[in-house]
Amino acid sequence: MNWDFRTCPYTGLKVDKNADALMKVNAVVATVALLIGGLSAIGVLLTRWQAIHLFDAAWFYRLLTIHGMNMLIFFILFFEMAILYFASAVLLNSRVAAPKAGWVGFGLMLLGTILIEWMMFAGRADVLFTSYVPLRADPNFYLGVIFFAVGALTVVIQFFATLVIAKREKTYEGSVPLVTFGAATAAIIAVITLGHGAAVYIPTYLWSLGLMEMDAQIYRLVWWGLGHSSQQINVAAMVSVWYLLGAFTVGAVVINEKISRTAFVLYVLFISMASAHHLLVDPGMGPAWKVWNTSYAMYLAVLASMIHGFTVPAGIEVGQRLRGMTKGTFEWFRRAPWGDPGFSSLILSIIIFGFLGGITGVTFGTEQINIIAHNTLRIPGHFHATVVGGTALAFMGLTYYVIPLVFRKKVAFFPLAKMQPYIFAIGMTIFSIAMTFVGTFGVPRRHWDITFANSPFDLQFAPAVDLLLGVMGIGGLIAALGGGIYILITVWSVFLGTPMEGESA
Amino acid sequence: MHTGLESPKGIWWKPAHKAEKLWVIIAFVWCMVLFAMMPLWHVRGAQNPSGIRAKVDPEAFLARTQEFIRTYQVGTDGGLPVVAPPPGSHVYMMAMQFSWTPVLRLQAGAEYTLHLSALDVNHGFSLFPMNINFQIVPGYDYGLTVTPTEAGEFKVICNEFCGIGHHLMLGKIEVVDGPVTQGGGS
Repeated sequence: MNWDFRTCPYTGLKVDKNADALMKVNAVVATVALLIGGLSAIGVLLTRWQAIHLFDAAWFYRLLTIHGMNMLIFFILFFEMAILYFASAVLLNSRVAAPKAGWVGFGLMLLGTILIEWMMFAGRADVLFTSYVPLRADPNFYLGVIFFAVGALTVVIQFFATLVIAKREKTYEGSVPLVTFGAATAAIIAVITLGHGAAVYIPTYLWSLGLMEMDAQIYRLVWWGLGHSSQQINVAAMVSVWYLLGAFTVGAVVINEKISRTAFVLYVLFISMASAHHLLVDPGMGPAWKVWNTSYAMYLAVLASMIHGFTVPAGIEVGQRLRGMTKGTFEWFRRAPWGDPGFSSLILSIIIFGFLGGITGVTFGTEQINIIAHNTLRIPGHFHATVVGGTALAFMGLTYYVIPLVFRKKVAFFPLAKMQPYIFAIGMTIFSIAMTFVGTFGVPRRHWDITFANSPFDLQFAPAVDLLLGVMGIGGLIAALGGGIYILITVWSVFLGTPMEGESA
Repeated sequence: MHTGLESPKGIWWKPAHKAEKLWVIIAFVWCMVLFAMMPLWHVRGAQNPSGIRAKVDPEAFLARTQEFIRTYQVGTDGGLPVVAPPPGSHVYMMAMQFSWTPVLRLQAGAEYTLHLSALDVNHGFSLFPMNINFQIVPGYDYGLTVTPTEAGEFKVICNEFCGIGHHLMLGKIEVVDGPVTQGGGS
C-alpha cells in the first residue's frame, strides 16, 4: 500500500492523508448530528417551558428521543473517533494501521445512525434515549444501535493497532504523549462500554423480534453499563482535550507525568462502577451493592477528576510563567489569551464541569440524596453541566484548532468565534442551575405536561417552578444561540472559508 | 518541561512537587470522608431506599392487588377504588399505563408495608409534595416500610417515561388523623 503524508506547517507533525480524511468525515458527521440535536433541543426546551408548551405530547417525546441520541451518541462519539485518529496517527507521526477498516467502521456507524434517525423521525422508536424494555421500538432501531456500536468498536481497535505499529515502526521516541495516553484510557473505557452495548442490545433486538424474553431490571443494570460508561469515555476524552488545548493555546506543560497518568488509570479501574448510581432506588439490588458501587469503590474515580482539576490549571500557570509572565501571583492569569476561543472554552469547561457538574453528580450518587433527585429535573440539570458545559464546550474549543490544522481553513467570523464560548457557557450555566433548582421541587424529567391537565386528580407545583422554568428557557435559548454560532462558524469555515496561507483550495 | 503533546523521553516516573502531593492527599482524605458518609447515612439516616425486594410475576401482583382492593375498599375517587387498610397491614399499589391503582387512605403515625410494582413497563413513583422517588420495575415487588408522619393529601407522579400518556398518570394517597373510616369514601 502507498502511504501518503503531509507535513503540518504549524506543528511540524507528519500527517497520514488517511488520518486526515477520516478525521474530516467524522468531524462533519458530528456537526450534522449536533445540528439535529440542537434543533430538537430547542423544540424540547420550548415545550417544557410551560408558558409556551410548543409541541404536542407525541412530538415532545419523539424530539426528546432525537435530542438524546444525537447529542449523547452521534455528536459525541463521531467527534471522539476523530480525536482517536488525532491522538494515535497524528501525534505519534504514524500511519493509520488499516485505513480500509477505518472506512468500514465509519460506514457502519453512519449506517446505524441513518437507520436510527429514520426510525426516530418516523415515530417508530418513541422510547427515549434509554429505551428501557419492555417499552418497545421497531427492531430496526435496536439493529441501528448494534451497527453503530460495531462500527465504533472497529475504530477503537484501529486506534490500538495504530499505537502498536507506531511503537514497532519507531515513529516516536520515549513514551507516548500524555494526550495519547489519556485517549487510550478513553478507548479502553469505550471497549467496556461497547461490550455492555452488545450485551444489552443484541438480546433486545432478538426480544423485539419475539425470539426471547427480557428482564426489565437486568436490562437497566446492563444498559447503564453502556449509558453511564459512555459518559466516562467523554470524561477521559475531555480531560485529554484539556491537556491538548492547554498545550495548543498557552504551551501548558505537564507538571508531573506520573500523577496525571495515574489519575487516568484510576478512571479505567473505577469509573465503570459509576453506572450503579442510576439504580440507587431500584428494587433489584440491595443496599450493600448500592453503597459499594456508587462510592466508585471509595470515590477513586472522583479523586482522578480532582487531580486533573489541579494539574491542568497548574500546567497552564507553569507554561505561562515559562513564557515570561512571572510578575506577581496572577500575571499569568490576567495576560492569558482570553480572546482565543480555544483557551476560553478550556477554562469555562473546567469550571462548569468541576463545580456545577461534578459536585451535583457526586452528591446525587448517594442513596439518601438520590431518593429526592431520581428522575426529577435535577438529573438533567446535572448532566447538562458535565456533558454539555464540560465535554461539548471543550470539543467546541478544540474545533477552533481543527479548522486551521486539519481542514486548513481560516476560522470564519473570528470576532464571533471569540464570543461564542462565553455565550454558550453563560447560557448553559443559567440553564443547568435553573433546571437543577426546578428539580428540587420534585418536578419530573421527561414529562410533557406538569400541569396534569387531563389527569384524574389536580396537582399544582409551587409558583416558583414557573419562574424557574422561565429562567431555564432563557438560559437554554442563550446556549442554543451559542451552539448556532458554533455551527455557523464551522460549516462556513470548512465549506466556504478561505484556505490558510500557503495552501491551495 | 514539555507539553502533553510531546513524548516524554527516558524515565518520567519522578517525585511530584510538594504542592501537587498536598493536593492529592487533601483530595484523597476528602474522598475517604465521602465514602464513610455513605454507610453512615444508611445506618443512621431515617430515610433509605431499601426494603423487602422480591421478584413477582405481574399476574400474581395484579391478583394480590385486586384481593387487597376487594378486602378494604371504602369508595371510589377519580374513577379509581379508594382503599383504607388497617395499620400494620400489607398495602398494594400497582402502576400500569397510565394509572396508579388504587387510591390509598392511610392513618398518620401507623406503619405499613407498601408494595409497589408495575404490570407493563417501567414507571416512577414520585410522592408529591414530599419529593420521594422510587423506580418501579415490572416483575419486581418493592416492599417499603412506610410510616406517614402527617395528615394530608399526597399525589403520586409517574416520573419514568412509560408511553404516550405518561403525563396523565397521577395517583393519590390520603393520610388521615385518627382511625381510617370504614365505608363512606370521598
